[in-house]
Order: sequence, then structure tokens, then C-alpha cells
Amino acid sequence: MIKPDRIVTTICPYCGVGCTLNLHIKSDVVYRVTSPFDAPANHGNLCVKGRFGYDFVHAKDRLTQPFMRKDGKLVPAAWNDAMGYVAERLLEIRDKYGPDSIGFLVSAKCTNEENYLLQKAARGLIGTNNVDHCARL
Amino acid sequence: MTNSIADIHLADVLLVTGSNTTEAHPVISLEMKKAVRKRGAKLILIDPREIELSNFAAIHIRPRSGTDVALLNAMAHVILAEGLEDKEFIAARTENFDAFKEAVKGCTPQWAEDISGVPAEMIVEAARVYGQAGSAAIFWAMGITQSSHGVDNVQALANLALLTGNFGRPGTGVNPLRGQNNVQGACDVGGLPNVLTGYQPVTDEAVRAKFENAWQTKVKIPPTPGLTVTEMMNGVLEGRIKALYIMGENPILSDPNTNHVREALEEIEFLAVQDIFLNETAQMAHVVLPGVSFAEKEGTFTNTERRVQLVRPALPIRGGARRDLDILCDLGQRLSGVSPDDSADVVHPVTNWKYAGASAVWDEIAALTPTMAGIRHERLVPHGLQWPCPAPDHPGTPILHKEKFTRGLGKFTPLTFREPIENPDEEYPFILNTGRILQHWHGGTLSRRSEGLDWVVPEGEIQINEEDGSNLGIASGDMVRVSSRRGEATGRVRLTSKLPRGMVFMNFHFAEVPTNALTGAGVDPVAKIPEYKVSAVKIERV
Repeated sequence: MIKPDRIVTTICPYCGVGCTLNLHIKSDVVYRVTSPFDAPANHGNLCVKGRFGYDFVHAKDRLTQPFMRKDGKLVPAAWNDAMGYVAERLLEIRDKYGPDSIGFLVSAKCTNEENYLLQKAARGLIGTNNVDHCARL
Repeated sequence: MTNSIADIHLADVLLVTGSNTTEAHPVISLEMKKAVRKRGAKLILIDPREIELSNFAAIHIRPRSGTDVALLNAMAHVILAEGLEDKEFIAARTENFDAFKEAVKGCTPQWAEDISGVPAEMIVEAARVYGQAGSAAIFWAMGITQSSHGVDNVQALANLALLTGNFGRPGTGVNPLRGQNNVQGACDVGGLPNVLTGYQPVTDEAVRAKFENAWQTKVKIPPTPGLTVTEMMNGVLEGRIKALYIMGENPILSDPNTNHVREALEEIEFLAVQDIFLNETAQMAHVVLPGVSFAEKEGTFTNTERRVQLVRPALPIRGGARRDLDILCDLGQRLSGVSPDDSADVVHPVTNWKYAGASAVWDEIAALTPTMAGIRHERLVPHGLQWPCPAPDHPGTPILHKEKFTRGLGKFTPLTFREPIENPDEEYPFILNTGRILQHWHGGTLSRRSEGLDWVVPEGEIQINEEDGSNLGIASGDMVRVSSRRGEATGRVRLTSKLPRGMVFMNFHFAEVPTNALTGAGVDPVAKIPEYKVSAVKIERV
């Protein structure tokens, strides 16, 4: 049997049940997923996605660099350029059309902390309540 | 959920409606089956389809799609007619009962049978079983909410629970099963157009002042609610919305009427997408910012029972991607004019956007949110905490509304039955119903990249009733085209006895079979949720 380099306890990224996961990791690959029996939401049970659905983490087409559109095509870009351009365009559009001309979609897949920060930017820095996510979808 | 997953198995009666729990919330379905098998609980299932839970149901009600309010009002009518209501609870803990009683007076089982097609005797039986239970718990998912009268549906369920005093005890309550891993949390921390963290309304001046002071904003938080997802997409086409920042979402697959969404995103002046894959939406962006997956970040998710749980980084970041939190801090610094190179690290993270980590961001949420004020990352080991958790020594709240409701008294809502927006007609004679399947997830971005899952179910299947199939000369395995007033989708068909006649069922996990090109007839007037479960379609062999 493979011995894990480490086992990391975390929460399943699929549905809203919130099953506790133990990710068994060898050479930075998740090769096995288990769940502790004292997990509050799932008592050690997992569904087929929760137990086996993690290839996406290691998928070859994961994004590993920013892209910017140049002449209609997305081309690799440096972080500083990409972030600078995003901020510049958002502020430009805000100043030209007003704060409510910008919308922000936060994410039901992202963490509380990330979602909080994006809605904080929308409300506190741009000045719009146009903040929503896929809760209805 | 007003209650907790751990007390599902203590219910004497479970009313499950608009939820194919086995496929969409598999682990919760285990608790439901435990209640039935081990404790002899009775399951009342309301679903037009035959699903796995049908095998465990004492009563399986199969109404015509979109007739929930008629059916639930009639159950309330029977409970009142037979004196099964909890008079003490109604007197002590509710209001508006007389108006409600008046509203369901005419909602006889026979009236509801004529609308929903459910035999009157079955409605009477279900009402008796629910009304006589010592403890009865209601569960629903998108089959109740994704409707042009979704808010009414939820209120009709809440009326039943109020009528019978099924609140505040183990094995009771009204329990929506939330779809995404952190849809509860995204709502809790202000990811909605009308509320800030902990559902503090943007319309409240004192609330806005509190946040403006804490954040030391140079702009004002507007006093009116913003736009929902669907309204934003319309806003782009109307020229009101010029830019969108989309994080971790693929509206081209998941929004209704996807042709319309694509049109909108083609037209927009500026689109920034933060994601882990170059999904259909990211491909249309002006800037794509690579974030990281759940396995490479720290933070918290909040589950359907309001439990805040710790997400821990397990893997190193890949290539030149960045943690989403770092991307957002960078964005915040740039938008507020703080230099990213400023060496005054973490002096005042609230305003300079230099947080020491997710835990520091959480502390800011807690400081601004009374219902979560007692939650800290270090308190989340090992089992998380359920909000409300107002103080550092508070143990969290597994069951809501124990002594009193959040608003004081529980309010009955008189409801009138309304038809769905788009019923079948001669040109589009079938009802399209949509939903999830066990092996895949939402737009498929995650599950379709998991080889095993995609091997088990490699194709988006279109299901129709077997008699409908033979009438149309269609056999299982044929390729068919399903079309609505908004678009079309082509895929392989399977004939089944599990669907009622006149229904087409499709999942929305496969880009090759774009189910949401068909949907989008309308939305609920209050919640703005699309009516995904009833669209008129036609079907033909190709």
C-alpha cells in the first residue's frame, strides 16, 4: 500500500452538505480520499464525487498564468500588467458611466473570505451593490 | 436549514419535495433513509418523477409541474378541517393566522386535484400523516425554488410547519438543501445585491454607516439593492452594465437562456474572469486571472446547516497561478490606490488590503457581523461552528427558532395559486424539467475532468416517458433535438417509465447538450430565480 507523505483534513468542494475529507497525498498528488467517522455532516460517508472526483485538481489544462486579450486573442500576460489593466478599466468605466455600470459575480465555490473581499471591493471601492452569485441557478 | 443534518434521523415524518436527494445531496439522503429504515419514520415524497427515494416513501405524490402551492394549501386545508393544527403553538408563537385560515378555506383536496392531478384522497392522507406527526421535518431543493412562484412555494411549506408547530425541536423545521459547497457562505458574507454580511440590509442607513466607517470608504454604499445575475446579463444588453468581474462561475453554462448570456458577454466593454480553467465564460474575457482550487487554499466554507468549516491547503500552487485571496487583495490595493510595494505590511489590513491570511479576513467579517461575531478560525477545529454564534464562548446553534423566531412571531402567509409562466401548448407540447445527476456537477467543469466520473456517465442524456417515445416513433439511443422558444439542444434519448407523460428531463452538466439554451421563460418576481423546472419544449428525432 502507498504511504502518504501527508494527510490533510479539509472540506469537499462539490455540494452543500459539507463533508469532511482526508486528502491522502503522495508527491503532491491526491491519490486517495477518506473521511473521518466523527465528521459532523457526513460521519465518514462520501458520495462518488466526494471520494473519486479530484482529477480536476491535477488537470493539465489548469490555468497557470494570466491572459490578456490582444487583437481579439487571449495571450499570456504578466501578473502586474493583468492586474493593472483590470483596475484601470474598472476605475475608468466607473468614472465614465457611474459605479452601477459594473457588476461583480462572487462564487458559491470560493471561500467566505474571498467572497467577502470581492463584495467589499464592489461596495466599498467601486460603490455598487451589483453583487450576486449563482445561488439562484 | 433551520435544523441540523445530525437530527434528520430523529424525525417521525419527513416531507421531501423538489429534491432528488439521492443524486444531488447523496450523504443527506443516507440520513433520510436511516430515519425510515431504522426508526420507522414515514416519508412523504412530492416529486413528479419516480426517483430513488420513491422506494422509501410511504406516500409518493406526483403533481403536475408547478402546482405546488395548490397542493400545499390543500394539505393545510385538511389539517385545519380535521383539527390537526397545533393550537397552542399558533396562539403563542405565530401571527396572521386568521388571514391564512381564510385563504385556504376554498383550497379543498378536490380543488387541488383538479389543478395538480393528485387524487384528493392522497392529499388528505399526506395531510394527516404530516399533521399527526410528533416531529416532522420538511426538506426541499431547487425543485421548489426554481419556479416563477418559488417564494410562494417556500412560504407554503413554512405555513405547514407553523400550522403544526414543527419548529425549534430536533427532527423538525424547514430545511432547504443548498446546492454548492459554499452557496450558504457566499450568501452569509454579503454576496447578494441586497445585503451585507449576516443579511444586514443595504437599505438600512445605520448598517451602511457601520460598514463605511469600518472600511473607511471614499465612496458611499448605495442605499438601494443592486442587480441579480439575470438582471446583470439583461443590463449588459440594455447598455446599463459596461463591465463584469466574474469569479469562479461559468454563466454561459449555468444561467438560463444561454444564447442571451453569450450575446451579452460578446457585447460587454470589459470582462474580467478569475477562475482555475479557461471555461466558456473565460474564453470571452478581456483578462483572465488564474486562481487556485480548494486543495491549494485556506479559508472557510459554510454548509447547508450553517456550519462554518475550515478549508486547508493541501497542495502547492501550480505554475504562475495565485491564491484567490492574494488576487483580491492585489485588486483591492490597486482600486484604493495603495501601493503593492508599500512596506508598511499589515498595519491596517481593513484599509490597506494587506491581510496576514484568510484568518485575518475572517476576523474582519466577525467584527462586522453579530451572528458570526464569536467565530474564529481557531475555534473551527475539529468540527466547525453553526451560526448564529454571537460570542467567543457561544457553542453555535444547531437548531434555529427554539424559543422564538428571529423576527419574533412566525408569520403565516396567505397564498394564491398561480400557473407557471410557460405551460405546454400545441407547438411546444412537453414540459422540460432540469436537474443534477449523481456522477456530475453543475456545468461539468470539475466532474467532467475526473476520468472515472466521466467514464461512468460520458454523455448528457435526454429522458422522456416510454409511451411518449413510442407515440413519437423515438427509441432509446436515438439522437433527438429538443427545442424551446429560446434555443435548442441535441443529444441521445432514453425512454423511461420513471417520468410522467409529457415531461422531458435533462441534466445541465454537459456543454455538448446545452440544456440551459432551452430554459429561461421567466423568473420569480421577488427572488428573481429562473423557472428552470418548467419550460415548454418540443422534441424530434434527428
